[in-house]
Amino acid sequence: MNSILENYKTISESEVTTWFKAAPVSKFPENGGACVKIDDKQIAVFNFTVEGKWYASQNVCPHKMEMVLSRGMIGEDCGTPKIACPLHKKTFSLETGENLNGEDYTIAVYPVKIEDGFVYIGIN
Amino acid sequence: MKTILVIGNGMVGYKFCEKLMAKTEKGAYKVVVFGEEPRPAYDRVHLSEYFADQDAERLSMAPRSWYEANDIELITNERVTDIHRDNKTITTISDKEYVYDYLILATGSSAFVPPIPGVEKKGVFVYRTIEDLDATMAYVAKIKAEGSPKKAAILGGGLLGLEAGKALLDMGLETSVVEFAPRLMPRQLDGDASKVLQRKLEDLGIDILLNKGTQNIEGDEAITGMKFSEDETLPVDMLLVSAGIRPRDELAKTCGLEVGTRGGIVVTNDMKTSDACIFAIGECALLNHMIYGLVAPGYDMAGVAVDQILGNTEAAMPTSIDMSTKLKLSGIDVASFGDALNENKESESIVYENKFQGIYKKINVSKDGKKLLGGILVGDASDYNMLHQIFLNGMKIPENPEDLILGSRGGEDASFGSVLDLPDAAVVCSCEAVTKGDICCKVEEGFTTLKGVAAETKATTGCGGCKPMVNDLITETLKAQGITVKETVCEHFEYSRQELYDIVKLKGIKTYAELLSTHGKGKLGCETCKPVAASLFASIYNDTANVHNVIQDSNDKFLANIQRNGTYSVVPRVAGGEITPDQLIQIGEIAKKYDLYTKITGGQRIDLFGAQLHELPLIWKELIDYGFESGHAYGKSLRTVKSCVGSTWCRYGMDESVSFAIEMENRYKGIRSPHKFKGGVSGCIRECAEARCKDFGIIAVDGGWNLYVAGNGGANPRHAELLAEKIDNETVLKYTDRFLMYYIKTAGPLIRTAAWLDKIEGGIAHVKDVVINDSLGICEGLERDMAGLINSYRCEWKEAIENIDENNNRFAHFVNSEAEDSNIEFVSLRDQKMPKLWS
Ligand SMILES: Cc1cc2nc3c(=O)[nH]c(=O)nc-3n(C[C@H](O)[C@H](O)[C@H](O)COP(=O)(O)OP(=O)(O)OC[C@H]3O[C@@H](n4cnc5c(N)ncnc54)[C@H](O)[C@@H]3O)c2cc1C
Ligand code: SF4
Ligand code: SF4
Ligand code: FES
Repeated sequence: MNSILENYKTISESEVTTWFKAAPVSKFPENGGACVKIDDKQIAVFNFTVEGKWYASQNVCPHKMEMVLSRGMIGEDCGTPKIACPLHKKTFSLETGENLNGEDYTIAVYPVKIEDGFVYIGIN
Repeated sequence: MKTILVIGNGMVGYKFCEKLMAKTEKGAYKVVVFGEEPRPAYDRVHLSEYFADQDAERLSMAPRSWYEANDIELITNERVTDIHRDNKTITTISDKEYVYDYLILATGSSAFVPPIPGVEKKGVFVYRTIEDLDATMAYVAKIKAEGSPKKAAILGGGLLGLEAGKALLDMGLETSVVEFAPRLMPRQLDGDASKVLQRKLEDLGIDILLNKGTQNIEGDEAITGMKFSEDETLPVDMLLVSAGIRPRDELAKTCGLEVGTRGGIVVTNDMKTSDACIFAIGECALLNHMIYGLVAPGYDMAGVAVDQILGNTEAAMPTSIDMSTKLKLSGIDVASFGDALNENKESESIVYENKFQGIYKKINVSKDGKKLLGGILVGDASDYNMLHQIFLNGMKIPENPEDLILGSRGGEDASFGSVLDLPDAAVVCSCEAVTKGDICCKVEEGFTTLKGVAAETKATTGCGGCKPMVNDLITETLKAQGITVKETVCEHFEYSRQELYDIVKLKGIKTYAELLSTHGKGKLGCETCKPVAASLFASIYNDTANVHNVIQDSNDKFLANIQRNGTYSVVPRVAGGEITPDQLIQIGEIAKKYDLYTKITGGQRIDLFGAQLHELPLIWKELIDYGFESGHAYGKSLRTVKSCVGSTWCRYGMDESVSFAIEMENRYKGIRSPHKFKGGVSGCIRECAEARCKDFGIIAVDGGWNLYVAGNGGANPRHAELLAEKIDNETVLKYTDRFLMYYIKTAGPLIRTAAWLDKIEGGIAHVKDVVINDSLGICEGLERDMAGLINSYRCEWKEAIENIDENNNRFAHFVNSEAEDSNIEFVSLRDQKMPKLWS
């Protein structure tokens, strides 16, 4: 099962080799998340409309390996943007991917950019 | 660099590492920890909770990454087999050798199994490690699968045994506790206290057998009974032994360290063994001829050992070690402190016993009447923390010492004043040795929440028993500074849910963004305050979950309950549980078409499992076309009103329970509330609908209906309390409207009616006064608000389907593809499908 996690590794802006053109901005809910398919991978994209910011992470929750994070709720913890998993409410920083409940899990996070009304996800 | 080897990675072994890291620079010592168990140290004190959720991580003291971050080498699954003191090395089971400068023995203890013939039989377990619990649970599952009701026994009626008894009872076994002594918890309670406790346990459904010596364990391969004497045998299907502990001193013994005659590694009060380079701490250490079977003294020992190694030769255990304990059984208060049994014959006792309420309180006061020396509390231990502090700190007691347990009569003041009267040095959290001074200091520095104080001081992070007192200290310190405290929703709102309700209603706030920008902090909010706001908009404007879908809890967002594999369940409303054959066929057709697992729920309706997100609107479209509507099984809202067949069919029925249940379910359907709520209607006092474990329940009696409120099934079962007797249908509806609306307006987030009633000042008497006598003059308003909600009901699934935005469809798994989630896998089970198990 853990092999799923092998497919997802955090990528920083400087490591990006390809910007994957995901979908028009209008397809993403405001202040919520949606899931993008990149080949066999599932990437959750979060639209923080209030702040005009976007984040992306693996869609699979490292707790029970289900493809659900895009359906979780976004929010902040003392200034850190975060996502709460809909299954057991474990929360993760969307900046670093670390678990914010002090547990051992982390998620992979990816850069996002918006150009000409389209959402792009940085991959390599 | 010197090397410290720690043998044993239990609670105390871990605490040693933590304290060492707090006092030294990283890398000052080379530290290697050996643990025989497969996982890093976990919280054994709360082991029973594992029965409920099997979440080993939640019990973990620190993840492996903590050890790595502190450069501690943690080797689990590796027993140390020998100590060679002459060349200061140890060897492990896999023949590895390590050299030490200091050696810490934190090997703890093992469960003591008395040598009764037959204890080796299958079905006999102990209660010490997570693996023990796994084995116990697997056996319970196995015997329960055989069908007939199964019986379990606990050998030993001490603290641990009673906890285990409750756990087995909760697993659905008929449970008996067998104790050799003439009373329960013989080390903490006297005979009278034990009797009161016994009655309470029997009320829960646990059988208590005292004065029983077990001669033999009966059965061929597996246990079938316990034989007490020639003509007395207790038939049981399994046995949990909780007859005390034995210190694990085998390593110490073979390398020639001094051990006690009845076990335990002898240490002096600096925690050194008979070899000055070797320390023993925790439950393996024999100090003052005693094994202290509690964590708090173990943690102190860890601290002393750290200080000694760092060169503080003065560090030592205190001469008197506090052994006070509180039983962790939900619903049963038992505590004892100090010299509870008056063993030293230095005190006079004052006893209060109330057989009606099952309360027993005893305090032992010094002969001069000036000092509290110990005591026992059964049935009501709410004053335990305060009495314990008065005892520990030798504080002055009232002129009439009985005021301590009876409360002062006549005067205004509480008999022991305020928590602020405690001396600053009073240790409030004994697990982490945090004093009142430490806590108040942090509050004054601005850490005004329990979470904040816990993070700063570690108070409450051990056994948690000091939580109420820490809370009181925070509240009182703030009060003393002229600040009043309230239960706020989360870091983003400085208001309670009730206050937010009023704000939203009075100011007419309609969106979360507006609420956050006008009354909150920050720009984003979180998963706590967003659903609270959504629930308020629903309770005030009857907005459906569609309106604010991104601030809804996940289940409300997709109008379905998410299941373990990320698929959803679909539950159409079946009011009162009444369903026609045609409707059954229609549901069956849909379930077949979408290959859904079907099951009858506890609320008398049909649950269809395994729907993928994108299938939800398709399935609901078909259900709605047949005339079904949302069952709101996913919402914090009315679930079902369960009914028995009542006078229409039942020969005992006094009234038409089905008709009334349908009426009530349709009346309250769709109404959002602080938590889910359920109703029940029974046609007579035989109570086949189990109405008294519902939030509102009515039972037909001679002359009308009895209305009960605030019952609960679930994790904390509770019978509903009588609100009104022999009332007609119209009055039932009137009172229920008022009751529910009063709850919706005033309860905190995620508080069920039972917990709400527990907290409300004046309890059921107050609620009766408000609902029946209109003592607050709000009934007209409550009825009006309720009528508003009832009249604006609409089916939110119908609404969702009519408004699907193809361009921004929340029910699509991917935004850029029509594909399904290929991660979901099913396997088959009894001719249906089920999610593939988590690995
Ligand atoms: C169900 C339960 C409820 C309890 N409730 C309470 C309570 O309410 N309040 C309270 O104060 N206390 C309570 N206790 C007692 C408390 O858990 C113990 O006092 C505490 O765990 C002792 O810690 P320790 O580190 O000394 O021993 P342990 O936690 O037993 O740890 C010792 C560890 O050392 C390992 N070990 C032993 N020998 C070797 C070896 N040769 N090589 C490698 N590893 C070895 C063992 O496998 C074990 O993991 C409870 C205990 C149980 C079982
Ligand atoms: S509660 Fe009374 S009326 Fe209803 S089914 Fe049972 S016996 Fe019959
Ligand atoms: S359905 Fe309820 S009782 Fe059953 S496992 Fe889930 S939460 Fe527990
Ligand atoms: S699966 Fe995400 S928190 Fe459990």
